[in-house]
Amino acid sequence: MKHIINCLVENQPGVLARIVGLISGRGYNIETLNVGPTEDPTVSKMTIVVPGDSHVIEQVTHQLSKQIDVIEVVNMTNRRHLDRELILVRVATESHNARAEIVDLAALFRGHVVSVQEDSVTIQMVGNQETVADFLCLMKPYSIVDISRTGVIAVGREAPGASAAKG
Amino acid sequence: MKNKTDTDMSSAEKQPLRSGAQCVVDGLIKAGCEVLFGYPGGAVLDIFNCLYEAPFNFVLSRHEQGAVHMADGYARATGKPGCCLVTSGPGATNTVTGLATAYMDGVPLVCITGQVALDMIGNDAFQEADVIGITRPVTKHNFLVRSADDLPGIIAKAFYIATTGKPGPVVIDIPKNVQKQMTAALTPETVTMRSYRPDVPINEAEIAQFAELINNASRPLLYVGGGAISGNAAEALAQLAHKANIPVTTTLMALGVFPETDPLSLHMLGMHGSVAANYAVDHCDLLIAAGARFDDRVTGKISAFANKATIVHIDIDRSSISKSVRSDLGVHGYVKPVLEAVLPLVKPAEHTEWLEKVNRWKERFPFTYPKNDDALMPQFVIEQIDAVSEGKAVVVTDVGQNQMWAAQFFRYTRPRNFITSGGLGTMGFGLPAAIGAQFGRRGAPVVCVTGDGGVQMNFQELVVAVEHQIPVVVVILNNGFLGMVRQWQELFYDRRYSGVVLSQKGRAPNEQVAETSGYLPDFIKMAEAHGACARRVFKEEEVGPALREALASGKTWVIECIVAPEANVFPMIPPGAHVAEIINRTV
Repeated sequence: MKHIINCLVENQPGVLARIVGLISGRGYNIETLNVGPTEDPTVSKMTIVVPGDSHVIEQVTHQLSKQIDVIEVVNMTNRRHLDRELILVRVATESHNARAEIVDLAALFRGHVVSVQEDSVTIQMVGNQETVADFLCLMKPYSIVDISRTGVIAVGREAPGASAAKG
Repeated sequence: MKNKTDTDMSSAEKQPLRSGAQCVVDGLIKAGCEVLFGYPGGAVLDIFNCLYEAPFNFVLSRHEQGAVHMADGYARATGKPGCCLVTSGPGATNTVTGLATAYMDGVPLVCITGQVALDMIGNDAFQEADVIGITRPVTKHNFLVRSADDLPGIIAKAFYIATTGKPGPVVIDIPKNVQKQMTAALTPETVTMRSYRPDVPINEAEIAQFAELINNASRPLLYVGGGAISGNAAEALAQLAHKANIPVTTTLMALGVFPETDPLSLHMLGMHGSVAANYAVDHCDLLIAAGARFDDRVTGKISAFANKATIVHIDIDRSSISKSVRSDLGVHGYVKPVLEAVLPLVKPAEHTEWLEKVNRWKERFPFTYPKNDDALMPQFVIEQIDAVSEGKAVVVTDVGQNQMWAAQFFRYTRPRNFITSGGLGTMGFGLPAAIGAQFGRRGAPVVCVTGDGGVQMNFQELVVAVEHQIPVVVVILNNGFLGMVRQWQELFYDRRYSGVVLSQKGRAPNEQVAETSGYLPDFIKMAEAHGACARRVFKEEEVGPALREALASGKTWVIECIVAPEANVFPMIPPGAHVAEIINRTV
């Protein structure tokens, strides 16, 4: 199972390398990783999607918490949360029909056409992990030319202060 | 100062500018540094310039690895953080093995490395290495200092991080221009960090549950690790063990935290542990792991380890709990306060039947070895160190057979009297670590137990002991082999001795060298060339007198013991095996 782990870290040089080094050094995989500033300029938030069973995820969160520059680690998968990923996907349109079908499907997923070429169309689509996966599955028969994904980001839906402290 | 105006005076008092290099020395003083081990170079010239007047000792090692092991030995022997200082590039990369050694065993160290000037970083400058990148996986934390203004705070943080929580090494990488930079920043009195809070409050519910498990157990066992030593938990441990009559086994790292002369002691457990300890793990119904981390050299086959027991794991490192063996109850905290909290809730118990069983194993399977009329047995040498020092020696080992015999045949009764590279298993650790230990424990008899392989890895440091009049007694158990690897080749690789023959005779076909008249090097000549006293012994009756003379001399000694070449370490549980597969050929 995939887990979404949110990690608040000190906004300092080298912290990203520290986190990535830890995860690869201990043999875990990262599916996506997203880093950005927060409302506090001294704090950055990393959202890491890690596949693994509960034992692996428990180890990952404890190992992350142990890092000196890590302020807080929250496994979002264990709590009420919203997650989103933005994708840009360029799909080949071999026929007029294909283009129409793709645009229709995109509309069903609230995707937008952001660019149209003679032989392809580029869709921007935002959704949670499941929706993105479903949409990409439907695009597959049309031969995907290129795809870029932002990686998952997530926010909690519980009252502020309910998040677990570093431990 | 009469010529100075009032304003000059006050501004000078407000802002006493110091160089970054001076901040380093002041930070070390503030942290209580008594001795700094290190090696100079171009990128730390400014710090060495400030060191000239420092109130603490500087000890010049002969290799940076030696400096880190010395700081490590000092830290393990005293419980205080070890300090070392090296230059950039090769100076820093030479510390990596020492840092990894300290990291694996949770030893508090602060290692200061020089770095090329900030504007040169990344340019492949002379003696540049990405020390932050290289040391990241082998340190608890590391800092690249970008401004002298940050330096006093970083030094204070480094000592705070190194010595709290699970202790560990911290690297401070200081570019040359930062050492020269002037700053008004002051060394802070206290350190608090929002991202690092090592103090863990006692969880009353966990303690209550823990006490109930102890009170309901009929075959409890304490499995104690190095965390009990770094956490100063020896007394709390003894109180708990005696109150509820719980037998105690320790890991290699924790030897001495519970007196091995106590009837409740089962000695060390694990691959080369006592039969009694390993049987007890297999039969207990409650295993209390206190500051131990279920290393594979302890557990063997994980799925079969303590599989009749409820497992309680006390550890300050939350990530250690349930890492390799799933615990039924994890108690996150320092060993000492946790044991102190549970003690009043624990009911006195006898556990007569269990103790009788355990004692029968102890009597039936003591650590022993076959007598050999033709050759000196290495185990006998260890017993003699115990006897001659009346159990008071601080034993510092190298790695391999010498280390295991030192663990098995000396009865440790005090914490911090057995110093060894447990987790990383670093050959070459023994000699420099013994020197560092002696710097921390001036009056104590310090004996380095090493092999003819390991001692050659850092032999150059012997001169440091001699010149500082450090009366370390280095006992080389010379069997002409890299003994532990040879033992594995004997047992598991059909006696094909590949790459393990140190003498010039009897090597594998592709390792043949011209046979010389004897063993090389001549350790006696080598020791004497370094200024140490030295003697070679061959017979049992020579060992005691040599040790007595060496320990009484107040001088640095090397005693080379020519021992049985193919003696083995038993008992042995083969790697990844269950205790039932134990090999115990001791007669």
